[in-house]
Amino acid sequence: MAASAWARQRSPLFGSPPVHELSIAMSILDSLQEEVDQRGCGPIEAVHVRIGALSGVVPEALQSAYSMASAETSFSGSRLVIEGIPIVIYCANCRGQRTAHAPAWFSCPECNEVSSEIVSGRELEISALELST
Amino acid sequence: MTATPRIVEVRRNILKRNDEIAHSLRSRFVEAGVTVVSLVSSPGSGKTTFLERTLTALREQYRPAALVGDLATENDAARLRRSQAPVEQITTGTLCHLEAAMVEQALQKWNLADLDFLFIENVGNLVCPSSWDLGEELRIVLLSVTEGEDKPLKYPTIFNTSDLAMITKIDLADAAEFDRAAARANIETVRPCMDVMEVSAKTGAGFDRWLLYLTRRRNARNCEPASPDRLL
Repeated sequence: MAASAWARQRSPLFGSPPVHELSIAMSILDSLQEEVDQRGCGPIEAVHVRIGALSGVVPEALQSAYSMASAETSFSGSRLVIEGIPIVIYCANCRGQRTAHAPAWFSCPECNEVSSEIVSGRELEISALELST
Repeated sequence: MTATPRIVEVRRNILKRNDEIAHSLRSRFVEAGVTVVSLVSSPGSGKTTFLERTLTALREQYRPAALVGDLATENDAARLRRSQAPVEQITTGTLCHLEAAMVEQALQKWNLADLDFLFIENVGNLVCPSSWDLGEELRIVLLSVTEGEDKPLKYPTIFNTSDLAMITKIDLADAAEFDRAAARANIETVRPCMDVMEVSAKTGAGFDRWLLYLTRRRNARNCEPASPDRLL
């Protein structure tokens, strides 16, 4: 199957992720290095991260950014396990936490009340490491 | 033979190092009494023109300064220096946003106590700057009337992490058939209760209100007791 001109032109860059996710991936690797140094632990098989829907990070792009950024490091071959965190708001009207969905980012799905109280959705965190034993 | 991996809970922010530097910068800013405002927007929305007019106006009574981030060139710094305020350019190379460490480094030449306002103009980009805290007190997102009213819906994160939306080039609103109500409704959708202002850096429209907002904010903060002890 012939690749389109667009695809051919893109091919040298194919798999190269957006710069934003690349910066995040590099920050993950920096954090891993710090954790390894502090804990004196062995090779890392996987790193679990929590990525909020409001973090501005696209999970798929982060996945490819991580493979690329880790390739030449001691973390090469480690897996990135991404847990997507939805936007949860506190609805004053319903007096409870509700999961909101785009494009009504901050509206209660039940009563439509707009809330500026964000319970979760901004996460950009490392939650766990899988170490070889 | 494959051993079962051991799972260790970690719980750390991916941008921990940046957050730590930003936190220390924020403490330094508060201690020095300098009000720090960062500007984010897409390229071409008028950040530099807006900032040049702001610096020029503030210079009459205050000591403002600016750091300006770009991938390359010193052009923006040269433009801002026409205001006579101290300006430092940060060139980020291939990096699409400013990080707290770059701000910290760029500030080495200045004594913060000599400043009343510090503006940090981020790289023109509506995606990347949103995640990096620079220690600023106020983050302003600029949206020009020529960009389309749905920008907030396309880039919710940057609007959501900002404190004030500044609609720029308002003198072109009619020509661009800018729908104010739609723009404001879209901003409200991604950041409920956000303050919104409209300005034209060309005609000066809206600047009185903007400058009043800035100076009031500064005065209000500087009147607050620094610690509970001072209440005695």
